[in-house]
Amino acid sequence: MLQTVMFRSLWAYRGFIFANVRREFQQRYTHSLLGGLWAVLNPLTLIVIYTVIFAGIMQPRLAGREDQAFAYSVYLCAGLLPWTAFAELVNRMQSVFLQYGNLIKKASFPRSCLPVIVTLSVLVDFGIIFTLYLTFLLFVGEFPGWVTLAALPVFLIQLAFGLGLGLLTATLNVFFRDVGQSVGVILQFGFWLTPIVYSPHILPESAQTLLWLNPLYPLITAYQGIFLNHALPDWGSLLVIAALALALLLWAGRLFMNRAGEIVDEL
Amino acid sequence: MGRLNVNTISKAYKRYPSQWARLREWLDPQATPRHEAHWVLRGVSFEVAPGEAVGIIGNNGAGKSTLLKIITGATQPTQGTVTVDGRIAALLELGMGFHPDFTGRQNVFMAGQLLGFSIAEIAGQMTAIEDFAEIGDYIDQPVRTYSSGMQVRLAFSVATAIRPDLLIVDEALSVGDLYFQHKSFERIRQFHGQGTTLLFVSHSMGAIKSLCNRAILLDQGVPIRDGAPDDVLDYYNAIIARQETDQHIRQVESETRRSVIRSGNQAAVIEAVDLLLGEQSVRAVQIGEAVRFRVDCVIQEDLDELTVGFLIRDRLGNDVFGTNTAYLGSSQRGLKAGERRRLEFAFPAFNLGVGNYSITFALHGGHAHVNANYDWWNQALVLQVVPGSDFQATGVSYLPTLSHWV
Repeated sequence: MLQTVMFRSLWAYRGFIFANVRREFQQRYTHSLLGGLWAVLNPLTLIVIYTVIFAGIMQPRLAGREDQAFAYSVYLCAGLLPWTAFAELVNRMQSVFLQYGNLIKKASFPRSCLPVIVTLSVLVDFGIIFTLYLTFLLFVGEFPGWVTLAALPVFLIQLAFGLGLGLLTATLNVFFRDVGQSVGVILQFGFWLTPIVYSPHILPESAQTLLWLNPLYPLITAYQGIFLNHALPDWGSLLVIAALALALLLWAGRLFMNRAGEIVDEL
Repeated sequence: MGRLNVNTISKAYKRYPSQWARLREWLDPQATPRHEAHWVLRGVSFEVAPGEAVGIIGNNGAGKSTLLKIITGATQPTQGTVTVDGRIAALLELGMGFHPDFTGRQNVFMAGQLLGFSIAEIAGQMTAIEDFAEIGDYIDQPVRTYSSGMQVRLAFSVATAIRPDLLIVDEALSVGDLYFQHKSFERIRQFHGQGTTLLFVSHSMGAIKSLCNRAILLDQGVPIRDGAPDDVLDYYNAIIARQETDQHIRQVESETRRSVIRSGNQAAVIEAVDLLLGEQSVRAVQIGEAVRFRVDCVIQEDLDELTVGFLIRDRLGNDVFGTNTAYLGSSQRGLKAGERRRLEFAFPAFNLGVGNYSITFALHGGHAHVNANYDWWNQALVLQVVPGSDFQATGVSYLPTLSHWV
């Protein structure tokens, strides 16, 4: 019931949402000669560094895949790109009410537009860089084929989790600014506590078990499995995370709804 | 359409002694609240019928802005409900949501969508918006290259592109040049003529009188008067006068400021001054009304001669008009200590232009206060001149004028 009302008002404000997504995107490239081209050039640089430089110059080798020149690059990007999208989502969401504080205080519009705007603009960035990554995979003959589709549900779970965490921290951050500060710190730890640049096998047995406490671990592992081994993910472990993400999202959503009025007073 | 029903709304802001207190309250909802409620509106109720034009007046901090924000939906009331029949447009913060790096045209679309218009509606109104804003080719330039007047013009044009059922106007309109002010007022009048309900917040009594057929006076979050603009404004003036008196008493009492406000050797002292319309004390006068200044004096020492003078200054401190009893040939001679005298300056027609004025009174000997200054009371009265029904003019004075073709 509440959800349908929410979606209807979001739909009514779709023009406002898309205009703001476009604005957030364009804003970075106004006054530049190349304009939107930078939106491709920046991630392209990243992909080139992670692939050509790592594969060609530093030549790290994944255990058991010494013959594949690009194995580490594929592995690194498979984990790093979704992680970056996740961190971006949480980080930008966390300050969204402060960022749009002036507008919230003075204009009347569905507040739920704001998380949607952030989510969509993160999706745009991720869409660009991930397309480049898939192109690279095709180029070096490592494209996993139809297994790639399995990344979609994995990404949806990640999105729900990021949205829940982002909305929770965004709401709390209005009242307790410490929350926003701590998000950056936690994400830093999260990055190194998740096997993204390293392989979990280099860790001692005991530490490997502890990895399961990290909700991002099954998600990142799933991506790495899909793109490196062309294998379907372990749906069982993902289901647990999906349930967790959904619970978090509902809780954060309820907190946000209950406090939406108070947020305006506090800004 | 355009009916507004404000039903016993109250608004309190929470004040916490510290962030830790807030955290404690969040973590333990059962515990006694640790915040202090700061009430800015208390039980405000009123109904506005379609097509009415209502002025909301009150001092700064009376709760006007909060009330408007609750009506527009930007802020939620702590208690009570607001129902509005139809679409609201609010001219509260013109140009809000404009983004400097985007062109006027792009901003029109974004601001329009924020106001709840569809893209098709905005596209349909685009030409009209451009025409009304009169910014020419600038419409396709980034908004950061606009003058502030251009921004306001464009913002006003967007906000009023489609006639709303309820239009909320804040003082925002006093920006922009005179030409555009008139143009925008014209549009507001036009909307009202077509049936739009108006809610108008202003400190300008003239604007309220000329635009509204009803006024509501808010004081400390409570509506204390609701009725015809003239009556409510009179009441408001009385409140202002009371506050002014209080303030002057405070200022006079404070020794450090005494010299600024009051000076003189106290040989004669002004006890009280007043502005009278008939027998009523007022602080707002229509152009051309017959009013009187009343000055009550106490003589403290025997005096050969007592002159009473006044000086009217405009709000910028320019001398507008002043005279005294010596010039008028009615100074008193041979006064004894302890006598009380009342003097009235009567104006058959108070021909000052619309605006705020302060009046300084002085008691002295001879023609000027430099001779022997008994008492000099700076800005003893503050008054406002509002437009009269038959008097339309601009400037600081009203010269009775006849026109005839020859």
